[in-house]
Amino acid sequence: MTDARITTHPILEFKEGRKVRFTFDGRELDGYEGEPIAAALHAAGVRVLGESPKLKRPRGFFCAIGNCSSCLMTVDGRPNVRVCTEKLREGMCVTTQRGKGVLFAND
Amino acid sequence: MRDKPCQESRTHGRIPGAERRARGPCVVMECFEDIPCDPCHDACRQGAIRPFDDLNHLPEVDFDKCNGCGACISVCPGLAIFVVDETWKDDLAVVRLPYEFLPLPAPGDVVAGLDRSGRRCCTAKVIRVEKTKRHDRTAVVWIEVPKALSMEVRHIRVGGSARGLHEG
Amino acid sequence: MRTTEICVIGAGPAGLCAAIAARDMGARVTCVDSGDRPGGQLVKQTHKFFGSRAEFAGKRGIDIARILAEQIENDPLVELMLESTVIGFYDDGAIGIERDDALTFLKPARIVCATGASERMLAFPNNDLPGVYGAGAVQTLMNVYGVRPGKAVLMVGAGNIGLIVSYQLLQAGVEVAAVVEAMPQVGGYDVHARKIQRAGVPILTSHTVKAVHGTRTVEGATVWALGGDFRPIPGTEQHFQVDTVCLAVGLTPLADILWQAGCRMAYVPELGGHVALRDEDYETSRPSVYVAGDLAGIEEASSAMLEGTIAGLAAARSLGHSTPDFDERLAAARADLAALRGGPKGEKVRRGLDRLMRLGREVGVVA
Repeated sequence: MTDARITTHPILEFKEGRKVRFTFDGRELDGYEGEPIAAALHAAGVRVLGESPKLKRPRGFFCAIGNCSSCLMTVDGRPNVRVCTEKLREGMCVTTQRGKGVLFAND
Repeated sequence: MRDKPCQESRTHGRIPGAERRARGPCVVMECFEDIPCDPCHDACRQGAIRPFDDLNHLPEVDFDKCNGCGACISVCPGLAIFVVDETWKDDLAVVRLPYEFLPLPAPGDVVAGLDRSGRRCCTAKVIRVEKTKRHDRTAVVWIEVPKALSMEVRHIRVGGSARGLHEG
Repeated sequence: MRTTEICVIGAGPAGLCAAIAARDMGARVTCVDSGDRPGGQLVKQTHKFFGSRAEFAGKRGIDIARILAEQIENDPLVELMLESTVIGFYDDGAIGIERDDALTFLKPARIVCATGASERMLAFPNNDLPGVYGAGAVQTLMNVYGVRPGKAVLMVGAGNIGLIVSYQLLQAGVEVAAVVEAMPQVGGYDVHARKIQRAGVPILTSHTVKAVHGTRTVEGATVWALGGDFRPIPGTEQHFQVDTVCLAVGLTPLADILWQAGCRMAYVPELGGHVALRDEDYETSRPSVYVAGDLAGIEEASSAMLEGTIAGLAAARSLGHSTPDFDERLAAARADLAALRGGPKGEKVRRGLDRLMRLGREVGVVA
């Protein structure tokens, strides 16, 4: 999909899932089903995943295993999703989170 | 007994001298640090790599027994084992080295020969590429280099493969 | 309340070996891991391992993960709970597990805690910019999901992780501009350093990061030399045009559960930070709670496997399980572990363990 994807590797073989579409802040992007959302975003060239609550500094992923909370985003309306471990599914709506997130906006 | 490996010369028993190299292919073990590791001994069917009294000792080669078969090259986790054959041709030697990059060269290809710091020191012709199940994805590439560089060339650059700072 | 004989927290090299050893003794085991596959950090280790045959020397970490997992998958005595995070340890010894957004509870008779480690951070301007990634994250992205972390990387740290990940980056087709290391010498194995040096990657010892540059993401990094007192030397700056800065500046045990459980902890820098006081069987000051792997002190994965084996065997025996080869197996694991730590590269760990065991004796955790 982009040159960030490793297609051939001397040691590893990558079994990619089904190709799916999702949106990031309204932009349509491709990724593979079941890979972490952050991996799909990174492969699509998206490295800035959010902003720090106070100084609004850009935030990317850091640990990639769900420990550090640097990659929190809003996914299908749900805030504070760790996109480094959350698996990508067809049609997901991924948006940049501002602030600490709102749980019951529509109630 | 080798109970004091640190006091020994780091090269004795690992780096063959010019006289041995002139007699035919032999192993070159660039393993100079006492780390816990012993697969090379198990890999050697000639009994040339002596058993380890202590896992942390350096490997020790009996160069009279080593026939340069190269079975140890791809099993070394440190990729620190090479085979040098200075009897290949009048002015050309063969260096066999472990290679875990893509693209894998093919016999007949001309590649850049790199020294231990990654600097290009010659062009080298690929003679043979071994990559069977036994090698477990560590290919062994045979390259032909000027004889004077047989103890210098330790890596190759193929086409546009990944590189560090020093451009060939 | 769901019960089990032994709950192993973490399915990395230590946890899997603990589960296998306890199962072999006949114990009923529940192994819980937050990841979606067993193996922990092994699943991103593409290099062949050191050690001896007992620790799968010569095999790649990715393959060791599979070999270990196959030994417990589909075993009636072992339940493997993946994508399940242990989030609490209660006074009665029960643990809370979050799975599928729901909380469940489990009461094990014994716990082997093998949660591993987290990566250390380094202070420099802009260290929070996207593109400054932990070495483990780079490995996960690249070796598990097949996505390159960037086009050009500056590696910070020349311990084994920094050296190995640099090599893996080259294998994935990523340029490694340099490896910087604050110490005056390479900390990792010489053979790992040689692999990347001959591929043209310079290792700058006595150097550190001065700053990372960029507005939204990393666009470059400046490094400078350190004097004998570790103070940077102005005028020695070098700039690297990289889009990724990879931090491999050490690990620290992921000990939250042990703190919750009230285990006696000690700060042992040689072992990576706060570690639990424990006896020769890896049982902590809190009876029935064992530790293994990086959580018990930062070491290589080969050591983690043996620690897991010892803790698993000991935990199962304490429940009354026994096998004819128990003594032999425990002795072999202890001997292999001593051999792994026996060389000059194990000196730091040995020093840390000496201190840990001395502290343990002082407070009676070690007999």
